[in-house]
Amino acid sequence: MIQISKRGELTRSKALLIRLLAIALGILACALITVITTRQNPLLVLQALVKGSFGSSRRSWIFFQNTAILLCIALAVTPAFKMRCWNLGAEGQVLAGAMATAACMVLMGRAGLSTAVIIPCMVVSSIIAGALWAAIPAFFKARFNTNETLFTLMMNYVATQIVAYFCVKWENPKGSCKIGVINQKTNLGWLPELGNKYILVLAVVALLTLFMYFYLNYTKHGYELTVVGESDNTARYVGIKVNRVIIRTMALSGAICGIAGLLLVGGINHTVATTIAGGQGFTAVMVSWLANFNPLSMILSSGLLVFLETGANELATSCGLNASFGDILTGVLIFFIIGSEFFVNYHVSFRSKKKEDK
Amino acid sequence: MEEKIPAVMMRDITKRFGSVLANDKCWLNIYRGEVLALLGENGSGKTTLMNMLSGIYFPDEGTISIDGKEVTIADPSDALALGIGMIHQHFKLVDVFTAAQNIVLGLPGKLDLKEASRKIREICERYGFDVDPEQKVFDMSVSQKQTVEIVKVLYRGADILILDEPTAVLTPQETEKLFAVLRNMRDDGKAVVIITHKMHEVESISDRVAILRKGHFTGDMLTKDTNAQEMTNMMVGRPVELNIDRPEPEDSRPRIELKDVTVRDEEGLLKLDHVSFTAMSGEVLGIAGISGCGQKELLEAIAGLQPVEEGSISYIEDDGKHEELIGKDPLDIKKLGVALSFVPEDRLGMGLVGNMDLSDNMMLRSYRNGKGLFTNRKDPHHLAEMMVDFLEIVTPSVETPVRRLSGGNVQKVLVGREISNAPKVLLTAYATRGLDINSSYTIYDLINQQKQRGVAVIYVGEDLDVLLELCDRIVVLCGGKVSGIVDGRKTDKNEVGAMMTKLGGVSE
Repeated sequence: MIQISKRGELTRSKALLIRLLAIALGILACALITVITTRQNPLLVLQALVKGSFGSSRRSWIFFQNTAILLCIALAVTPAFKMRCWNLGAEGQVLAGAMATAACMVLMGRAGLSTAVIIPCMVVSSIIAGALWAAIPAFFKARFNTNETLFTLMMNYVATQIVAYFCVKWENPKGSCKIGVINQKTNLGWLPELGNKYILVLAVVALLTLFMYFYLNYTKHGYELTVVGESDNTARYVGIKVNRVIIRTMALSGAICGIAGLLLVGGINHTVATTIAGGQGFTAVMVSWLANFNPLSMILSSGLLVFLETGANELATSCGLNASFGDILTGVLIFFIIGSEFFVNYHVSFRSKKKEDK
Repeated sequence: MEEKIPAVMMRDITKRFGSVLANDKCWLNIYRGEVLALLGENGSGKTTLMNMLSGIYFPDEGTISIDGKEVTIADPSDALALGIGMIHQHFKLVDVFTAAQNIVLGLPGKLDLKEASRKIREICERYGFDVDPEQKVFDMSVSQKQTVEIVKVLYRGADILILDEPTAVLTPQETEKLFAVLRNMRDDGKAVVIITHKMHEVESISDRVAILRKGHFTGDMLTKDTNAQEMTNMMVGRPVELNIDRPEPEDSRPRIELKDVTVRDEEGLLKLDHVSFTAMSGEVLGIAGISGCGQKELLEAIAGLQPVEEGSISYIEDDGKHEELIGKDPLDIKKLGVALSFVPEDRLGMGLVGNMDLSDNMMLRSYRNGKGLFTNRKDPHHLAEMMVDFLEIVTPSVETPVRRLSGGNVQKVLVGREISNAPKVLLTAYATRGLDINSSYTIYDLINQQKQRGVAVIYVGEDLDVLLELCDRIVVLCGGKVSGIVDGRKTDKNEVGAMMTKLGGVSE
């Protein structure tokens, strides 16, 4: 008979051990799958995983950059989640921010304004666009108690279509249905480089991480949103204006997504496309959950997910398989990581069923 | 007297939850043809012990024997197969189904509702239940739902019944009805276990009483051989004074004045109908009434949480100045300088945040005092530590989420915080509901201390004995109207009881 019982307090080191064990088992399972399907040396699997993210200094920088973007979006959804408001619209909010950034670059670039004017406009408009995209569902939730999960999810499609429309409208070269690199010759509106082209993104996200950590744990706003998340009635009981907190928190959530959009368009890609968020709005949900909504732990969880995904893709390539194989491996790894949470919370024991002979 | 074989024998039962020892080598005998009362303070392991008997938990150590034969109860179906049925505090019924549908739900075999209804009627007749098998559950009162739960386990052939605090949700009349049914079942040879901590119920219903203290079994005896004082002492582990103080009010002056307050709920039903009374400083004003008679709305209206249709609620300052409270939310009221504290009925749903620790819960009232954008975490932390010492709150630390504390300790945290604001007005709703004797008396003491400080206390209660001992005056509500206001020292249970059920209380 298998018996499952809830654990009491588990020490941090023990919980960490369980999680590390799960990752190790996950990698083992991936190795097994790879070996069975491709008959390659299992050591290759480990090697490919590491090579994916740290194979060269360029790869390492890209690894940190990808981690930073994922972390940025995870930071964005966290205050909403802490308020038990399931913001699944990060994808759309990033697109809104990206769209606003691209609009500034394209239109103001055409108008011949200088970078010193364009960049402040990009920053402000991307933040406002992201915030607005999240504040709309928040307003309806606060006012009419609509379901924010569905609403934010649907806003993603609206954002995608808006981006698609402008991609065609501003297409460059003509007839290609895509924008291409904006202001490639003039570099108007490109975010400045600090040392190299990766450091700016890392620095911005590092600051955001600290900001979010202090915001959630040490400010009145952070405290209010936690209370609202736990119980509407308790919040009203101490005089918190629940509707105001919901809209404010969601707007903050969207604003940070907007910054992610700004970084993606202004700092990294210098173009916009409907796929620019690339599903990271959803991966961010997992980053936030895995870190138990703690911004500092999110550095680790986002890094881990990026590492695994890059590694799995590298593994698929080095074994001569296509990207779908990488997806399968990522899926297996994530299954193990999420599965480990069960063992962190529950204790499983086996006991023999007593014979009823006497 | 002949030696009976117990229907259930539990021996050396131990159960741990993480590091918490819920039951430590407990012994228990349950006999057929007897009602056993299982007594103990909050968190003494009564429910856990019974959950192991009904297959919800599995004991870490120890043995269970049914009719002298050792058995393994791994899940609720094992328990039911052995004739053990448990009625939980929280009902597990499907609202849109009828009583009969709920009762046969999950049973194997062909679904024959007609036959089921017939069998249900038979059970009802045998024991004196009052259930209509065709009635839908959402149409039922709490006591009817409870009856369905009991019939459900009887229908499944249970002859060892466990009821977990069945009277907590019932009115005195409904309790009497339930007890009559339980006596019928006992006379029919069934074994009945009732978990409770109301002493007078133990005395009126049980034949035998078993007492647990902090997970240990402290003894059992025949009810007729013991008394409330002895049982309380065994529960608490030391002699306890069973009298409530009632100091004379000093320097009383009007503090809160209600005039013609009328409130409708969200569905437009009249909850309060032109309610008028005045609460005085330095006095405990009781609010009595059958549950759901507008008590909740009354307190929430004063606290600024309930929209009021008409009437006025004024706070009267020492110099006689009136401040209107209607139309203001709790924050506005605080800004007016009115020190109003409120201990709501639903502690973890309204007064506290279950997932936050003690010091963060202390902060609920004071978090706005921090500098600029930041909260001040130090003072609430000190306050929490002081409170743990002062009120003897049992908790691993002030960093423990309050939902992990037992009911009595949760209430101490809430009452403690509300009192620490040095209130002028203290509203309490069912302050001792679900609390054991020891915690209840701590709360009564705290209320009396506030009264002597000159606070106007409004005490909504359900236990008439307590209301009559604690309150200076009692406002009796009946269907949202004030049925009468009586002097707590001069009235008696009959008078208040009559006013609760009939406006003005004039009986024929």
